[in-house]
Amino acid sequence: MSGHAQEPFAKLPVAPKPPLRRFHQARWDEPIIFEQSRPGRRGIAVPAAGVPAVEPPETVRRARPPKLPEMSQLHVLRHYVRLSQENLGVDQAVAVGQGTCTMKYSPKVNEAFAAAVGELHPLQPVDTVQGVLEVYWRLERMLAEISGMHRVSLQPASGSAAIYANVAMIRAYHASRGEGDRRDQVITTMFSHPSNAACAKTAGYEVVTLMPGADGHPDIEALRAAVGPRTAALMITNPEDTGIFNPRIADFVDLVHEAGGLACYDQANANGLLGVTRAADAGFDLCHFNLHKTFSTPHACGGPAGGACGVVERLEPFLPAPTVERGGDGYRLDTERPQSVGKTRPFLGVTPNVVRAYAWIMALGGRGLREVAEIATLNNNYLMDKVLRIPGASAPWGRDRIEQVRYSWRELFEDTGVRSEEIGARAADFGVHYWTSHHPHLVPEPFTLEPTESYSREDLDEYAAILAHVADEARRDPGLVRGAPYNQTIHKIDPTPLDDPAQWAPTWRAYTRKHLS
Amino acid sequence: MTPTFGLVVNPVAGLGGPAGLRGSDGPATQREALARGSWPRAGDLAERAVRALLARRPDARVLTAAGPMGEDCVRAAGGVPEVAWAPPATRSAVPWSGADAFPSSGADAFPSSGADTTAAVRAMGGVDLLLFAGGDGTARDVLDASPACPVLGIPAGVKVYSGCFAVSPATAGNLAAEFRGETAEAEVVDLDEEALRRGRVGPRLYGTVRVPAARSGLCGRKTGSSRPDPGSADAIAGEVVARMRAGARYVLGPGATTMAVGRRLGLDTTLLGVDVVQDGGLVAADVTERRLLALVDGGETHAVLSVIGGQGFVLGRGNQQIGPAVLRKIMSSGGLLVLATRDKLAGLGGRPLLADTGDPEADALAAGHVPVITGRRESVMYRISPAAEEFSP
Repeated sequence: MSGHAQEPFAKLPVAPKPPLRRFHQARWDEPIIFEQSRPGRRGIAVPAAGVPAVEPPETVRRARPPKLPEMSQLHVLRHYVRLSQENLGVDQAVAVGQGTCTMKYSPKVNEAFAAAVGELHPLQPVDTVQGVLEVYWRLERMLAEISGMHRVSLQPASGSAAIYANVAMIRAYHASRGEGDRRDQVITTMFSHPSNAACAKTAGYEVVTLMPGADGHPDIEALRAAVGPRTAALMITNPEDTGIFNPRIADFVDLVHEAGGLACYDQANANGLLGVTRAADAGFDLCHFNLHKTFSTPHACGGPAGGACGVVERLEPFLPAPTVERGGDGYRLDTERPQSVGKTRPFLGVTPNVVRAYAWIMALGGRGLREVAEIATLNNNYLMDKVLRIPGASAPWGRDRIEQVRYSWRELFEDTGVRSEEIGARAADFGVHYWTSHHPHLVPEPFTLEPTESYSREDLDEYAAILAHVADEARRDPGLVRGAPYNQTIHKIDPTPLDDPAQWAPTWRAYTRKHLS
Repeated sequence: MTPTFGLVVNPVAGLGGPAGLRGSDGPATQREALARGSWPRAGDLAERAVRALLARRPDARVLTAAGPMGEDCVRAAGGVPEVAWAPPATRSAVPWSGADAFPSSGADAFPSSGADTTAAVRAMGGVDLLLFAGGDGTARDVLDASPACPVLGIPAGVKVYSGCFAVSPATAGNLAAEFRGETAEAEVVDLDEEALRRGRVGPRLYGTVRVPAARSGLCGRKTGSSRPDPGSADAIAGEVVARMRAGARYVLGPGATTMAVGRRLGLDTTLLGVDVVQDGGLVAADVTERRLLALVDGGETHAVLSVIGGQGFVLGRGNQQIGPAVLRKIMSSGGLLVLATRDKLAGLGGRPLLADTGDPEADALAAGHVPVITGRRESVMYRISPAAEEFSP
């Protein structure tokens, strides 16, 4: 075995573990599932039905069968288990590195409740689905209580879909007052989630963005200059992606109201706020939650996740339809809503996630929700204290943070030339995920950490130790860090296809067309 | 393929700064700086950039000029210099004595003039990217050579207002190592140092060079694009044209983005001059301040300004034609349309945009928050501040 490092036999008792994990990611070198397809291979041999075959009419029959992979059950299972191993998520790792996205633990018991509603058909008669309608109704009341809003819609399939529904309601509200054409601007801030700007622009609004002032809060003088008769709404996150809470938020809302605009609160991530303060308390007219960021449902990567839009009473007529209503004889769907913005997706919502969020809140209760916010804030401040002890790490605008922090490696970069994303790639060699920031990078060489309530003190110590180790490596051997990752499923990827329409391929069909033909 | 870089160092860049001389142009200033105890530091800064470059691209070839104009730095950074140009051997133009100031080189034949920089740049036309260490004066000398290749400045001068400089020497090296051929236009501006020493800022835009398109990120993208969007100037120009009102006059300042506005209108506007348009037609091109004053006297008039250089100047850098009197007319009848990409604003690091027409009272009229057009149907509220408040010479 000359030429290979000799590892000694593992012996009992097990040797003490080193401070940092000797991690190595699974590397299955797994082909795409379409490449594994074999003609005629089946997952289930369906027995003959015993009734005459019926040919579907020409009008609904597709000309060619769909190009689905033909696989056996074992091979389908094995494929997806392998992919799940080549991953870094909450269930394997200390997933505090995806700030603003909030990777918290989803209790597994809630999967059993979610599975139970999988039996339902979305077109079942209302009197046969009273139980699930009650869950919708009760979750709506809980989120109304948490936000202080009058009504809440659970129809949107994701956080951004909820923001879009809010923009649609803002538009419908101004149109109902004959001001739809005049009010053509939406104001947001540079550190609000960019979906606010994106949704407003998609809905046809001109977007005016406010920059942070010297204290890191959005500049209220800029807002004063921006509001006016063209203002449809302010769409703002607070605390922003920096983790800084804007203490003058009620003044922001007042300024917009004085100009006749609406104020819309992005509470996608309410982890620092639950039971502490509410959208209604600052005078907001609308808000939204991401069920996956705050209420522990799966992220689902663009849907089906779960979003919830809350509105004050004067905006109730514009809510997505149908709404779930409670009457003397049970629950019903109200589809007669002439001013509604209509449906944001088919049927009621992402029911399994509604059930998960309901179960999560019920398990915690009111005091438990407040404790979530307190622990999330405490965890974040504990982690910040550890991170800011690492030479080269900093947090612009001071240490007054709620549930997350956007940090900077500016000093480390200037000393070593190692960039933030290279630190992240090296951190992955120790089994953790890491993220930089939305664009543009206002904070130089940024990274954004959000520990939430899920993680233990030992988890946070481990994460901070990994960052400290990698930052130290950057000073001792920058080439080592820049060459990372070494212990991952794949090495570096070329990022250019992500921005190039001629190359990007979100589906097998697109990949085949652009790269294999 | 082995990338080939050029390196030209202006060894006297930055001499005047520590001495409080606001610049280092001219032998007299350089002599004075040395007398006040300054020492040349451009070589050290260039060495830092080369070190960063070679750490990432050890295979890089570096063509350079002899001695302190580059050769010494490459060697000190652990590289192997290929000397492509040497100053005329007879040169003895050193404006100072005292060889201690240049421990790494013989001070006898020390090149110090802009002509040396220009000649050295010309000798390196075939490289993939030319790095130069200096300040705005050096950038002008590089511009004078009309380089065929993209260039990138290593900030080593006193005045570093031009947009063609990296934010630090190490960043210059890193950007060079990452350079894959994509470029963007960047402005070369320079101040009149004599005027600056008398307490007045009188700079101008000299032209543009091609620089590596800055890349701000690689991974971790939940949204957004980190590649420079080649359509951004067109999108901004499209928005400006959409906002133009019938009957109103628009004064287009210098710059690539404002020129895109002219292109969008199908007009032959100038890159470096100030032009006036109205109702889709060109009223006047490349006007003087006096001519402009006559043209803005009357109806509604707006100024369309790009952000010049890395320092955030919107007035008083390259567009002196829009002087105090013109600005007063514009502010009373229309206003400012400021153009910048979001990345450019982010690059200001929170500093305000600056107005410096030479008349603080006129600058104060432009002060306050303006919507900076960053793309189609989008703007960022950003503060303009009189330069006298932010930056007193």
